[in-house]
Amino acid sequence: MSQIFNRSTNAIARLSIWGAVFILGGVGWAASILNRSAYNTNQGVTVKQPVPFGHEHHVAGLGIDCRYCHSFVEKSASAGIPPTATCINCHKLIWSDSPMLEPVRESFRTGKPLNWRKVYDLPDFVYFDHSIHVAKGVGCVSCHGRVDKMRLTAQFPSLQMEWCIACHRNPEKFLRPKDRIFDLTWAAADQETLGRDLAKQNHLRSTVALTNCSTCHR
Amino acid sequence: MSANADRPPVIAPGYTPATVTDKISAVVLNKTPRWWYVGFAISFLAAQLLFITIAKLLVLTVGIWGINIPVAWGIDIVNFVWWIGIGHAGTLISAILLLLRQTWRTSINRFAEAMTLFAVAAAAQFVLFHTGRQWLAVYWLFPYPNTMGVWPQFRSPLMWDVFAVSTYATISALFWFVGLIPDLATLRDRSKHWFGKITYGMLAMGWRGSARHWHNYETASLLLAGLATPLVVSVHTVVSFDFAVGIIPGWHATIFPPYFVAGAIYSGFAMVMTLAIPLRKVFGLEDFITMRHLQNMAKIMLATGLIVAYGYGIELFMAWYSGNTFEQYMIHNRILGPYGWIWLLLLLCNVLTPQFLWLKKVRNSVLGLFFISIIVNIGMWLERFVIIVTSLHRDFLPSSWGMYTPTRWDWSFFVGTLGLFFSLMFLFIRFLPVISIFEMRGITTGHDFEEQAGEVKP
Repeated sequence: MSQIFNRSTNAIARLSIWGAVFILGGVGWAASILNRSAYNTNQGVTVKQPVPFGHEHHVAGLGIDCRYCHSFVEKSASAGIPPTATCINCHKLIWSDSPMLEPVRESFRTGKPLNWRKVYDLPDFVYFDHSIHVAKGVGCVSCHGRVDKMRLTAQFPSLQMEWCIACHRNPEKFLRPKDRIFDLTWAAADQETLGRDLAKQNHLRSTVALTNCSTCHR
Repeated sequence: MSANADRPPVIAPGYTPATVTDKISAVVLNKTPRWWYVGFAISFLAAQLLFITIAKLLVLTVGIWGINIPVAWGIDIVNFVWWIGIGHAGTLISAILLLLRQTWRTSINRFAEAMTLFAVAAAAQFVLFHTGRQWLAVYWLFPYPNTMGVWPQFRSPLMWDVFAVSTYATISALFWFVGLIPDLATLRDRSKHWFGKITYGMLAMGWRGSARHWHNYETASLLLAGLATPLVVSVHTVVSFDFAVGIIPGWHATIFPPYFVAGAIYSGFAMVMTLAIPLRKVFGLEDFITMRHLQNMAKIMLATGLIVAYGYGIELFMAWYSGNTFEQYMIHNRILGPYGWIWLLLLLCNVLTPQFLWLKKVRNSVLGLFFISIIVNIGMWLERFVIIVTSLHRDFLPSSWGMYTPTRWDWSFFVGTLGLFFSLMFLFIRFLPVISIFEMRGITTGHDFEEQAGEVKP
């Protein structure tokens, strides 16, 4: 019987067994990294808007309350995108002839709303309501980050379900008093005790109820 | 074994290790016979039907099938259970009969194991494609650290089913391949063509037949047999839980696990018989797959067929004995409802037909056994239809009753998996030894095969 294979094929055979394990492991690892990357989630990515609106300037610089523009946040599912008239309240007097703000003035003249682009685009199969989150003591900053530091608005969290459900499983880690909801800089001295008390005080439902499929997927 | 004296032998007399090797390896190494091309072409054509149906299914999803509410599980699940059940004979033959040292298993274990693998492959099509959105099925079926922060429901038997079937596929594939290694080395050494030498050589993984190789082989196959033995019972038990854990009358019964396992072995041996009878004929392997094998398999079919019949009887009895209105209506509907004729056909196929196997004359008739095996295959398919569809279509609330009619796409999927199964089977019988050569060498003279397995030629 002649020798079909060179001796070196023994090494290749052994290597291929180990290689298969590492290649499969590597592919799985790469897929999970890619799945959680901004490439897939848009986390931290800014969206091009018709007017380069800066939250940093309006919130930190001027001290405007969130609710001045997002006026339904305590009452409805949507926080509300302000009508052009809200912008014009101030901008009829200041920067009233800035070329950058021409789309705003044009919108006000024609009555055609500005085409603001969504930054937080949840899938259509997710039911989300701002008002209940605010009412139970979830602050803006928990989900939207320090918008007072964002020159252009970016998506703060990954918005993947593991992020949502981390809070639904342990809401007490994020709850804050009613008067601190819109405060972006406040942090509790003892979040553990405070969160537990607030959960009781605000009648938070059980973790089972909060993580029920139909709580968010109706 | 004096009791065996009047039975046909396990292998026809006059064979030596060399002639056994010649005869079985010739099937692979000789020129391809014409009937093979015809058979493979037909099977491959049928397999195309599977791919067409899958393409259609990916675009339009499961709406192309006849399923509805209340009958959300149609013949897709019927076919799944049928295919998975068929695989069980292969595992039983290769694992349990190996541990029990039944030498007659030697000539049929190789292709029964192949049958198991291909049946599991066919069954897997239904598991994957009945989910509707197959691209999401990865996270429905497998627990992996996903971005949703949730796991599949581990308390659901559907989840156990994923593990049962994937373990089954893995162990069966390993068992089959490990058993093939010494024979692949034989083919490597006998192959004339360089391509055959290299291909079989790579698959043989450097087998030289040394004492150490045989020791490793024996250890591996014993371990795999040990691992596979519980699978014979566990896989179809878990499949039966898919139904028994549900509260639908006709599903929610404690008899299900043993009744399903017996049914699986019953249908599995029927399929082995359906395949073995033409196979031994066309390859002239009647000396190796003898009447002894067919008779033994007929006896196993008779025994398991009786257990299945007992299962049907218990279902009737429990409906009466429980005094439960819904159970009683379920049986009433099963016998006299719109699908009653299928139940009647099922009794004819699965209960009446195997009774002929009591007769020695029938057990000695190759043609008779072939027909009975096909009828049992059909009967076992009907059994799953009766369990799944007739239980679902009328449950507790008459307002939610409905009817189910499979569409042509239901049937094309089934015919397609038959095509896939037979295509793989044709490829297997052409390119791999259908009977384990080295184990057959072992039974030619009655010695253990270790002693004379020196395939290494100087």
